[in-house]
Amino acid sequence: MNKMPKWADAVLIPLISILLAFFFSGLVIWAIGKDPVVAIKTMVQGAFGSTSGISYTLYYATNFIFTGLAVAVAYHARLFNIGGEGQAMLGGLGVTLVCLAVPWPHWTLALPAAMIGGALFGAAWAFIPAWLQAKRGSHIVITTIMFNYIGAALLGYLLTKVLKVPGSMLTESARFPEGAHLPNFSEILAPFGINFSPNAPANMAFFVALLCTFLFWILIWKTRLGYEIRAYGQSETAAKYAGINPSRIVIIAMLISGGLAGLMAINNVMGEAERLIDNAVEGAGFIGIAVALMGRNHPIGILLAALLFGFLYQGGAELSFWESIPRELVVVIQALVIMFTGALDNMVRMPLEKLFVALGKNKKKEA
Amino acid sequence: MSVQNEAGRQETVAPTASAPAIELRGISKAFGPVQANKDISISVAKGSIHGIIGENGAGKSTLMSILYGFYKADAGQIIINGQEVNISDSQEAIAAGIGMVFQHFKLVENFTVLENVILGAEDGGLLKPSLAKARKLLKQLSDEYELSVDPDALIEDLSVGHQQRVEILKALYRQADILILDEPTGVLTPAEADHLFRILEGLKKEGKTIIMITHKLREIMEITDTVSVMRRGEMTATVKTAETSPEELAELMVGRKVLLRVDKKPATPGAPVIEIENLEVVDEQGVRRVKGIDLTVHQGEILGICGVAGNGQTELLEVLGGYQTGTGKILMNGQEIDLSGKHSNGQTRRARGIAHVPEDRHDEGLILEFQAWENMVFGYHHAPEYQKNALLMDNAGIKAMTQTSMDKFDVRPPNPKLEAKSFSGGNQQKIVLAREIERNPDLLLVGQPTRGVDIGAIEFIHQQIVALRDEGKAILLVSVELDEIMSLSDRIVVMFDGQIMGERLPSETNEGELGLLMAGITDEEKAQ
Amino acid sequence: MTLKTTFLGAAAALALTSGAALADPAIIFDLGGKFDKSFNESSYNGAERWKAETGGSYRDVELQSDAQREQALRRFAENGFNPIIMAGFSFATALETVAADFPDTKFAIIDMVVDAPNVRSVVFNEHEGSYVVGVAAAYAAEGDTVSFVGGMDIPLISKFACGYAQGFKSVKPEGNVIVNMTGTTPAAWNDPVKGGELTRAQKAAGSEVVFAAAGGTGLGVLQTAADEGMLSIGVDSNQNYLQPGHVLTSMVKRVDNAVYDAFMQGEDLETGIFVMGLANDGVGAAIDEYNEALITPEMKAAMDDATAKIVSGEVVVHDYMSDETCPAY
Repeated sequence: MNKMPKWADAVLIPLISILLAFFFSGLVIWAIGKDPVVAIKTMVQGAFGSTSGISYTLYYATNFIFTGLAVAVAYHARLFNIGGEGQAMLGGLGVTLVCLAVPWPHWTLALPAAMIGGALFGAAWAFIPAWLQAKRGSHIVITTIMFNYIGAALLGYLLTKVLKVPGSMLTESARFPEGAHLPNFSEILAPFGINFSPNAPANMAFFVALLCTFLFWILIWKTRLGYEIRAYGQSETAAKYAGINPSRIVIIAMLISGGLAGLMAINNVMGEAERLIDNAVEGAGFIGIAVALMGRNHPIGILLAALLFGFLYQGGAELSFWESIPRELVVVIQALVIMFTGALDNMVRMPLEKLFVALGKNKKKEA
Repeated sequence: MSVQNEAGRQETVAPTASAPAIELRGISKAFGPVQANKDISISVAKGSIHGIIGENGAGKSTLMSILYGFYKADAGQIIINGQEVNISDSQEAIAAGIGMVFQHFKLVENFTVLENVILGAEDGGLLKPSLAKARKLLKQLSDEYELSVDPDALIEDLSVGHQQRVEILKALYRQADILILDEPTGVLTPAEADHLFRILEGLKKEGKTIIMITHKLREIMEITDTVSVMRRGEMTATVKTAETSPEELAELMVGRKVLLRVDKKPATPGAPVIEIENLEVVDEQGVRRVKGIDLTVHQGEILGICGVAGNGQTELLEVLGGYQTGTGKILMNGQEIDLSGKHSNGQTRRARGIAHVPEDRHDEGLILEFQAWENMVFGYHHAPEYQKNALLMDNAGIKAMTQTSMDKFDVRPPNPKLEAKSFSGGNQQKIVLAREIERNPDLLLVGQPTRGVDIGAIEFIHQQIVALRDEGKAILLVSVELDEIMSLSDRIVVMFDGQIMGERLPSETNEGELGLLMAGITDEEKAQ
Repeated sequence: MTLKTTFLGAAAALALTSGAALADPAIIFDLGGKFDKSFNESSYNGAERWKAETGGSYRDVELQSDAQREQALRRFAENGFNPIIMAGFSFATALETVAADFPDTKFAIIDMVVDAPNVRSVVFNEHEGSYVVGVAAAYAAEGDTVSFVGGMDIPLISKFACGYAQGFKSVKPEGNVIVNMTGTTPAAWNDPVKGGELTRAQKAAGSEVVFAAAGGTGLGVLQTAADEGMLSIGVDSNQNYLQPGHVLTSMVKRVDNAVYDAFMQGEDLETGIFVMGLANDGVGAAIDEYNEALITPEMKAAMDDATAKIVSGEVVVHDYMSDETCPAY
């Protein structure tokens, strides 16, 4: 029945979409009088050409894996969680409180505690919109967006009034104790004799993200809860028929979603900044939507999409460092990729489907 | 009334008095690898009623969509009144004199009849002249064809039968000479269907040409002059209705001999399984859907509930299935069950031995995006035998179980990993039936078991239901198909407006009597 | 053109760039972007002035994310840019580590003190300048109430407010200074509507002069003050021209001078803490043709007197950020 082989759907379409996106980005770069080939080379070289570049790419990707998974869990229950941004912010608060509360002796103790703190705060921030959706029918898209703003205001308040180091002008919390320092790639790989840039941000959280990706897969496709989440997402009426409690699924799916978004804080807050700064999430919650969309809500897809966006972020930074391409244009390039891979999926899919049908017919004729 | 078919091959296309109203030559249409229409040629004489019959997916709707400009044929010609026409959208179809009445009406609910009729056919920017003109024409049409509807009524206030008349008026207002009706009686009571047929006869007398798509053999026999049978995208035969029989048509549709009557022994009812007392259901809008029903179903009997859709049967099934709240008293095997609250849901009902084949398998009985094996435990996914451990489901075991069930219930293709949406309607229904029957329930609720199911599968599904009865289980059957109720039930209850209008034995009643009850006319009223 | 020839091979590209750009200075703008009509733009203007006067070239970048602070510093330092200027106090944490890793590169950070041998820390005595405009406000107001609209509620802005209040109360000790902050998030820097609302509320409470230290929000304050017949005081750059005849003066903060000076010194940048105050024209009250008419002779005399006393040390303006308290309110 399938019109296209699976590999084409999974690999060919995204690949062509990305190539198209780069083609149009190239046009944009060319239009402002820069050399597109050089620009792309700069991006690739900057993102993958050095251990420092790789580290930044993976650091961004780690953020996007967490928020992408967060969006995808909710999406499997047909809930559009736009609140990843706010949930990740609150996750940062949870991580910060945990890290500052105890003089941690070693990261192996601090990390699990911080994970719990981040996930708990993120989940709590998602719980209110979830409850409102489940019990009062308030649309989750609206409420989660609103909660992004409330979260930002709450953090702004806490950072200026409560968490700030007295006397400091920076709206940020105190630095975390030494024992809460997560090893970065240089420290992780040194025992294996691999040299990695010591001053780049990718850290232990990347492996937590990979673990979460795997657990996500187990949850969605191997457990009863995942089964019910997917069933509810595909058809609420059918879920009711089967005796699945819709409110319960909405709330649980959103708690997991918010928890995953909150977990992002172990990367950006605990792993990178080692203190809570204002606006620490920097849009990763929104990028998560694009990542989930592009990754078709599948863990492998999300992983690859997160890497792509990591590349775009790091490569984009290199573009503005060395090519004097204004950062607004870098955003345009990133947006083009989102547009081609997410929104314009059918533009590539339809001609490709026709092509495959035609190829299939020819084969039959030859046979 | 000559029709078919060699005339279709003649080369003259000049308009003549005897030219057929509509003629299709060699129409083909493929969707990807699926050949929906294969070299189809028919010709329909002016002023006749032509039936097109075939199973779901036989290509009837595709053919009509091509005629109405929704799809473009890959090959072939459309000739109307001797002129070849090129129809690439519905506007051109209307211009060519074709009117279409869809199965699902395309009316604006909060507009009046008049507004709906002129919608898209207004003359100029101001509505008033159009409305006045339409009002006059509407009155004239109503008188001519028994098409009486109040032009100022809102669509949402009209019965389904009246809404359908508005659709016909819409087509006539656009000066359609050829009227295509897609499954027109699917939503009508027998009385409304009779009325529709009278309208169609009247239109035919005025020289209109009518094409009716249906899967109901009885209607074909009753109203058409000629009939074409489609199977798997091909036109297998075109015959004069007077010269054929339902058995022959069924055979042409399915490709083999089909048993149209259900073969069953008399029932031997045992102890009551479910006893319903004074059941009331109020829906979310606050409308009373079920108004104090008393029913009992015994072991080893099939209780058939008939009625026009929307008279409370759906809600009755939902309450019994546990996903609609109600008040009253229901005893299952002598034990009372909760009708609302925390313990009233699908899971607890199943635990009490109630299995449910819901009316709407697309929205309720199946998750279309799920694979067959995932659907095979839907609702029973909590059962201990489907768990590998406290955390994980036993996916491999479920797949194996599904394979066995699919083989037993002749689901084709027997591939547990295929998504439910890839199966035909009949095979989807078999999956649902297999799931519910294989759990060995005490009571099986069945809603519209053969809706959208092909004739071959209907036979199988009916046999399974009867077999379950013969094992001594209780079966509550809800169907809008009178034929089905008559042939399957051991006892028949008619519902109208949330109430029970009467109970009959199939051997002691007929479709006419049931039809009156379904329309809410009781014996006493009739006597008056 | 040179860029094109420079980038022949991807691997060699960066090395070549660094060679070509040896000893060029670089500036890193903060997240606000270089055209923020305020702080970053002022730094940008300083760099452009240097470029125009010397014909030199420099590298600049606008950051997109916080993680890029250290990255940008490091990448510029690795590639031989010197000196590297940072517009904004947020770079402090990143600079501390990077400065140690590149002892031969000179850095300059504005609005923050980073204690390292190769770092110049440029700080401004905003409280001094604010004191002077506070004196001017006291003379301009007939009654005894003036007000302040801040951007985001951070200590730096309280430093402005506190200096302003001290200056005002040095003239009218029993007077009243209404202090409002626009918000607690960075959005507070760019909310002219809210700025206008606050101004209107302050006017209702009796304020006659409003001092806006609020970035883009301040434009709304100045506009509303003009509409409501109040006087206003601009900030950072000279904003007198924005509402001629309605802006009493502007508390200018010469960030551009700081950047220009650093660029001029190039690789020989003097390090240490540089305080830009009234004494060295780092801050001050702007007087030009747009506000001459508003400045009465006695007001001018009082402002000059305050300036002189502060420069001489006779008057010490309390710095809010030293202990996060303000004696004037």
